[in-house]
Amino acid sequence: MGFLRFLQGSGKLLIRGNRAYWLWVGALLVAIAIGLAGYAKQYRVGLIATNMRDQITWAFYVGNFTFLVGVAAAAVLLVVPAYVYQWKPLKEVVVLGELLAISALTMCLLFILVDMGRPDRLLHILPIPGIGTPNWPRSLLAWDALVLNLYLAVNLVVAAHVLYKQFQGQPYNKKLFVPLVLLSIPMAVGIHTVTAFLYNGMAARPYWNASILAPRFIASAFCSGPAVLLILFQILRKTTGLEIKDEAFFKIAELMAYAMFFNLFLLGAELFKEYYSSTEHLLYTRYYWQGIGEHKALVPFAWLALGCSVASFLLFLIPATRRNWVTLNIGAVLIWAGVYIEKGMGLVVPGMTPDTLGEIYEYTPTANEWMVALGVFGVGFLVFTVLVKIAVPILQGTFSAASSGPAPGLTR
Amino acid sequence: MTAPGRSKLPVVQPGAQSRRQFLRTAAGGTAAAALGACGIEDLVRSHIHELSKEDLNRIIARLEKKYSETYGKSVTVATNAAMPGVEFGYGLDLSRCIGCRRCVYACVKENNQSRRNPQIQWIRVLEMEKERGVDLVHADPYYQAELVPRPGHFYMPVQCQQCRHPPCTKVCPVKATWSEPDGIVVIDYDWCIGCRCCTAACPYGARKFNWAEPQLPSEEMNPVTHYLGNRPRMRGVVEKCTFCIQRSRVGRYPACVEICPVGARKFGNLLDPKSEIREVMDRKRVFVFKEDLATEPRFYYFYAT
Repeated sequence: MGFLRFLQGSGKLLIRGNRAYWLWVGALLVAIAIGLAGYAKQYRVGLIATNMRDQITWAFYVGNFTFLVGVAAAAVLLVVPAYVYQWKPLKEVVVLGELLAISALTMCLLFILVDMGRPDRLLHILPIPGIGTPNWPRSLLAWDALVLNLYLAVNLVVAAHVLYKQFQGQPYNKKLFVPLVLLSIPMAVGIHTVTAFLYNGMAARPYWNASILAPRFIASAFCSGPAVLLILFQILRKTTGLEIKDEAFFKIAELMAYAMFFNLFLLGAELFKEYYSSTEHLLYTRYYWQGIGEHKALVPFAWLALGCSVASFLLFLIPATRRNWVTLNIGAVLIWAGVYIEKGMGLVVPGMTPDTLGEIYEYTPTANEWMVALGVFGVGFLVFTVLVKIAVPILQGTFSAASSGPAPGLTR
Repeated sequence: MTAPGRSKLPVVQPGAQSRRQFLRTAAGGTAAAALGACGIEDLVRSHIHELSKEDLNRIIARLEKKYSETYGKSVTVATNAAMPGVEFGYGLDLSRCIGCRRCVYACVKENNQSRRNPQIQWIRVLEMEKERGVDLVHADPYYQAELVPRPGHFYMPVQCQQCRHPPCTKVCPVKATWSEPDGIVVIDYDWCIGCRCCTAACPYGARKFNWAEPQLPSEEMNPVTHYLGNRPRMRGVVEKCTFCIQRSRVGRYPACVEICPVGARKFGNLLDPKSEIREVMDRKRVFVFKEDLATEPRFYYFYAT
């Protein structure tokens, strides 16, 4: 009975909202519709609908996937500072971080799905005799599928347990909650490391085959993930009265400055090695930063990303700008943009340009790829919106089994 | 020019081997049999190594029927296994190759590649400048020439190197590709999920993806096929050179060896001291492409003159 009321109440929460809420949801639904149209075409004609070819066999979809794995990882890593600095709304931070991770993972899995040539054979990855044959332990993609799904499961269990117990007015089970949250922290590092190894292990691609790759992944994830939460917490604080101290925001920003410093340091270390030794492996780095001949498609993005990263680093380093809401938010957006380019297209495309036989094929996504990506982001944001819309009233105690329904006037 | 002939390959006897050898294990794989219906069976069948002999025979019979209907001719799908005591090796004489690309097109014709939109080729001939030697940065795969070889240039055809440590099979998440006992790296097109990890991992650009539905006109279709080789492929899967498995396993030369007008291509059994390839290795100095990656190819380049 309790569960039925929970579903009923959740449904009511979702259909109640102000104009901004409905505009937002409407926009997401439009994005999803566009994505479906794009995917329908791709499904009909094949991946020829993209601009990927044998020279560049991974591109925009896989780049987005990689970036979002970082977001999923870092959302949960935020638990560490929340715990260390004993923020008052620790549980809220944990749960919201996990909801973000769930949404980011949804998008990750969708980006892999739309990138597959034969999505109808998805079951071949399942470890069920007679159905699938996952290539463990040799294939990193098989590992990635495993850890991403486990991580998704852990986050789902923790978030659902905490929220549902609170809805019922019961204390959550600490014996379940604490170990799982503690487990999710190394797992967060794990999913991003495995994803880095997916690229890292390919000797055929010198741009990826550098041991600095996994540390760089983690460092940049510590920048991009919290940037999302920084903005999200402000929105929630304004619209729902969720209690989060200013000091918490400034602390996150400070930690992000350190992470960004480390990220830039690793980048510098890599650039030094490539340019100083100047072997044939420099080619890929050169393609990204300078272009090769008339092939310069990524060059403006490379410098834009660097500019964003350096600017946000300075904004978050200087206490005055870190504590100013305008510059704080500008910094968060800049970090997002910087890491999105660096870890998305800036990672995947130069890795394959020139190809293994020296050919340069300049890749830019087709309109259809943009449509499909838009749809995936639409799904992810919608999942997140729905989860937050239900979770926040529960966390605040306004939506519970005891109350006859959601409190009136609660909007996001 | 070497005359193509079956006698050149002493190790292989023509004729189909038992399907049992082709299967590494005969256990399991009853899911497909239980369901029966065609479309569903494709979706839920087991990995080829887990299929029973009966299931495999049924699948092959169905494929032969389907291909025969599609292409309007009697198509056979062989499953003969690697022959004991055989490990194929390939030699390519860079001093002889003239860059005519006859091998490229003989391969397309033999192996039922997509003919257009886009055309798929398993062999890529790189035109290189003699001054620079083997230098990929300045290699041109799209050279257009009235006459080959062009002065100042030499030609380096690249295809699957059939590595002893193939980076491509390692990364496959679903075991859809593997090395056969005779050294040929194969793909089960019915198991590949199209993730393209293997194309990213291959240092030789040897793996090709079917970005669109393959276009193979009936009149150009080669009806003599092997399950792991030149049977028709579908959209969304990866394919590659198999040393013409449908030919080499019955004692014939790969199509590229047969067509080469200057005899630049040599092929044979590495385990047979008297084979053509061993002859090359004994008398010439061979090298392998991208040796630093330790893939240990079974494809050797050499300069005979």
